Amino acid sequence: MEERIYLDHAAAMPVHPEVARFGRRFPDGFVGNPSTIYQEGLQAQETLAAAREKVAALVGASAPDSIIFTGGATESNNIAIRGTALRNRKSGKNVVASTIEHISVLNPAKDLQKSGFSLTLAPVDRYGTIDLAALAAAVTPETVVTSVHYANNEIGTIEPIREVAEIVHDRGGLLHVDAADAAGRIPINVKRDGIDLLTLSGNQLGGPDGIGALYIRPGVRVQPVIVGGGQERGLRPGTENVFSIACMGEAARLAKEEMPEESKRLAAIRDRLIAGITEIEEAYLTGHPTMRLPHHASFRFSRIEGESIQLAMNLLGIAVATGSACTSRTLEASHVLLAIGLAHEEAHGSMVATLGRENSEDEVPRIVGAIEETVKRLRAITPL
Amino acid sequence: MKNLADQIGYSQKVMEHFMNPHNVGVIESPDGYGKVGNPVCGDLMEIFIKVKENVIEDIRFRTFGCGSAIATSSMVTDLARGKTLEEAMKITRDDVATELEGLPPRKMHCSNLAADALHAAIEDYREKQKKA
Repeated sequence: MEERIYLDHAAAMPVHPEVARFGRRFPDGFVGNPSTIYQEGLQAQETLAAAREKVAALVGASAPDSIIFTGGATESNNIAIRGTALRNRKSGKNVVASTIEHISVLNPAKDLQKSGFSLTLAPVDRYGTIDLAALAAAVTPETVVTSVHYANNEIGTIEPIREVAEIVHDRGGLLHVDAADAAGRIPINVKRDGIDLLTLSGNQLGGPDGIGALYIRPGVRVQPVIVGGGQERGLRPGTENVFSIACMGEAARLAKEEMPEESKRLAAIRDRLIAGITEIEEAYLTGHPTMRLPHHASFRFSRIEGESIQLAMNLLGIAVATGSACTSRTLEASHVLLAIGLAHEEAHGSMVATLGRENSEDEVPRIVGAIEETVKRLRAITPL
Repeated sequence: MKNLADQIGYSQKVMEHFMNPHNVGVIESPDGYGKVGNPVCGDLMEIFIKVKENVIEDIRFRTFGCGSAIATSSMVTDLARGKTLEEAMKITRDDVATELEGLPPRKMHCSNLAADALHAAIEDYREKQKKA
């Protein structure tokens, strides 16, 4: 039996071995409750503060207190969109988001319509790059918060965030950036980039699941989405998940340290994958050819369907993702692939490979070979 | 216990038919031809039959779609081969799913069109017989 090759790091990442080692500092995962003033509590406070500093450093935030920890990127996005819009409703009642945002941005934005907000979706081009002219028209002085992700998880395209920030700030609004997929892969600096709120995922940095963070620029006002005790400045009440927070902090520190080398290494594998796979007949790269995440390679294949590709690749020992409707809970085609102009039948044939630490360049021939075999087999059955 | 509504995985039987589908291909000048679904929804299947003395003597299929679309196509051709047209008309979507040891609930409707394609092929054959 050949070893498995895991190529779905955008879905879930193994914890970085150094983070796992770091976690053993806390026997039984016990840290103490940071809201207490005895020794265990004080140690927990210190642990929290250290993690905050590490996460702040990853994204160039000078005040560690500008980082709040959440239960994951979905929570961060909800707090950022709902909490910011509702708190600042006096300055306008419009929200803008790109058409290819993650569902955890789009759904809270849509939900705000029930509270009297309007939602404007800003289009992207065929590579998934936001149309800056259309964005400039979409964002008005009525727009409280605009949400554009740093990079897309399905097609890997990196957005021109600095230009986006200029447009948003010229009109007096706030910019939220979902960087769950970009952080730790490409350098992010909230000050240089002009970001007011930034979403981070713990797992996507190499930390555990169920932990995330939200950067909130000092001075930006956000109201709680859930209410309880006063933890995390009242924005994420509930006893802090100190163990996971500590591990996320360490993952952020390692990501910052290793990013230059590791991203270069992954980009080399990515480029070999793209070169090999686009050699296949009627196989096309999706997303931007150069402005893309270093670990991200995404494709579509004409006349075959993505879930079948995923199943067949799995049997060949390789885990890949697809944007096919047949694998989604809603059975709807990927909104990202439709938004970049693909027809439904084209969107059905998508396949995404996201690389991680344990992948190596040696795996490329086997991956490309498996895809060739899969495509050939499925095309032999297709009536199209 | 697994929540059935959340079940995504396929049975062993589905995977067998997915990996090694039976009766793939076309029949040149078939006695009956049925086509259901469309590529926009992600499932398209066609079935070709050869009929001799009211019995399905040969049957072939081609399918664009997910794992269950391919497996149900393969299974329905197995079930229909050698059956009389009347017997084949009685094969239901549920029969196909049962023979495959079940399908994930979400797949029962959208990707279980194979019986419909079979019935369409038989009806096509009957139409042609009327005209002949």
